[in-house]
Amino acid sequence: MKPVIVTKGITKTYQPDTIPVHALRGVDLTIDEGEFVAIVGPSGSGKTTLLNIIGGLDRPSAGYIEVGGKDISKFSDNALIDFRRDHIGFVFQAYNLIPVLTALENVEFVMLLQQLPKEKRNQRAMELLHAVGLDDKVNKRPIELSGGQQQRVAVARALASKPAFVLADEPTANLDSVSTGQLLDIMANLNQEEQMTFVFSTHDQRVIDRAHRVITLEDGKIISDRKGHV
Amino acid sequence: MLLSLAWRNIWRNKRRTLITAASVLFAVLFSSVMQSIQHGTWDHMVDNVVNYYYGYLQIQGKKFWDDRSIDEVIDRQTLLEKLPEGFKNSYPLVPRLESFALASAGNRTQGALMIGIDPEAENALTGLKGRISKGDYWQSSPEGILVGEGLAENFKIDVGDTLIFLSQGYHGANAIGEYPVRGLIHFASPDLSKTMVYLHLEDAQQFYATGDQITSLVVGLKDKEELPGAIKALHSDLDTATYAVKDWQEMMPELMQAKEMDTASANVILIILYIIISFGIFGTILMMTKDRQYELGVLLSIGMRRMQLFGMMWMEVVMIGLVGVAMGFLISVPLVKYLSLHPFQMTGEYAKAYEKFGAEPIIPPAFDWNIFSWQVLFVFVITTVLAFYPFWVIRKMKPVEAMRL
Repeated sequence: MKPVIVTKGITKTYQPDTIPVHALRGVDLTIDEGEFVAIVGPSGSGKTTLLNIIGGLDRPSAGYIEVGGKDISKFSDNALIDFRRDHIGFVFQAYNLIPVLTALENVEFVMLLQQLPKEKRNQRAMELLHAVGLDDKVNKRPIELSGGQQQRVAVARALASKPAFVLADEPTANLDSVSTGQLLDIMANLNQEEQMTFVFSTHDQRVIDRAHRVITLEDGKIISDRKGHV
Repeated sequence: MLLSLAWRNIWRNKRRTLITAASVLFAVLFSSVMQSIQHGTWDHMVDNVVNYYYGYLQIQGKKFWDDRSIDEVIDRQTLLEKLPEGFKNSYPLVPRLESFALASAGNRTQGALMIGIDPEAENALTGLKGRISKGDYWQSSPEGILVGEGLAENFKIDVGDTLIFLSQGYHGANAIGEYPVRGLIHFASPDLSKTMVYLHLEDAQQFYATGDQITSLVVGLKDKEELPGAIKALHSDLDTATYAVKDWQEMMPELMQAKEMDTASANVILIILYIIISFGIFGTILMMTKDRQYELGVLLSIGMRRMQLFGMMWMEVVMIGLVGVAMGFLISVPLVKYLSLHPFQMTGEYAKAYEKFGAEPIIPPAFDWNIFSWQVLFVFVITTVLAFYPFWVIRKMKPVEAMRL
């Protein structure tokens, strides 16, 4: 399998006051195409920081990060934004859909930023909403959808640009067990059928149970990297 | 879609949008009404003063304005021949012969300003007939003089009494005359009331021995908008070595200075108004940006470029600004129109002060499309400039920090 994400000696130090906080202390990690990875660990262990750095939302203090074969730590701000848009899908804990857009428009939005023609955008958005089981909700605005439905729209949006991988930060934290199950089924299907790589940061045992690989962080270091239950 | 997104975004928080649009609306409304009142008041004042005596434009002998000498007269016929036909047909031309004289009655003597006029033309220009408080306006015969009420009071004379005048005539000739008073004129200004004497132009020419000469020819322009065209026509046809063309601003520099000073203070008030309203609009933009920091962070994360993000925010503020200025314009225009047709009536001391200068005591706002256009443009520009604030925030925004808030 081709590696999608490679990190070597990643460190991240925050200096909120005078005392530095070491969020990551030399993380070496390789995630291959088609993996279904859960990053776990207690609060403050560095899960979100690692996800942010892999996703190009934050820059490491030191170390090397390669995404899709490219060293993104050297990218300019605009290049990094474009890279995120074209190669990385994001799913957030709080769904973060654009409230004034319908489900269909939310999914189309990233493709609009990519300047894809309207017909193509519409077709792909419809396909993705069908894939997440929301054919009948395409014209609903986020406020008219349940939490689980919103998160499914968020997954469809994350997949809209045909990214190299999807990063999901606590995607099930606000969902009930039924919605969590549905969401995990959808993501697992996409993983199996389209070889889409998923990387989650999570505390949720239900997500951990479905992961193929579980990486545990503590105090900014990987303390275990094991195969999952599935 | 960005445009549609911006439009939908501004209605997410209707109250905030309406408050901001209302700030812009009031900015346009207040500034338009203020400017209209300021311009209108001065236009009214100038019209009153100009139409009271000077007119907007006069043709005089080259040195008359500075010397005020009866020797600086100009030949009426020659001047009329030199004026282009089109000009003569376009504007009423009102001749005057004016100079100073000593007036005397009984054992009292005082200075007076004697003005020889063509009664019909003068009345058409200044409405002199309407200011007669006693006696008549050369209706039955051309003899006699009209004097200010104050002058009549000083001499303790009335209609039918006689005044004797003594002065220096044209080229040093003796000027002596005796004229019966045929009417009294009311002047709001006490100074004018005590000095003004009107007589028939022919009588004045005879008194000063000038022949058919005059000191000035007033061009009866309807309003000051006609001034540039009239001046241009005169400058191209009149010999500037012999004649001087004076507009109302040259003849009344004090009025101009007062107008400039008042305009300057009105502009200061306007600037203060703009600043206050700018803070109001800026406060909303600040809130709008702060409240949406998380959302902006998300949009940055999923691949929206900073300039696109800023463009969207800018469009939102500009749209609110457009809604505000459009509403401000739509309210200002009929309001100012109504006020210009039904001006404020002044009362008390203010009214007396206006009347003293011969002006009607009203505040009539000027209905001028330029005022509305400029205020709309200015307020809109302020809004669009303030709309650059999100750019400053977005430029430095880090998605991770924005989403942590």
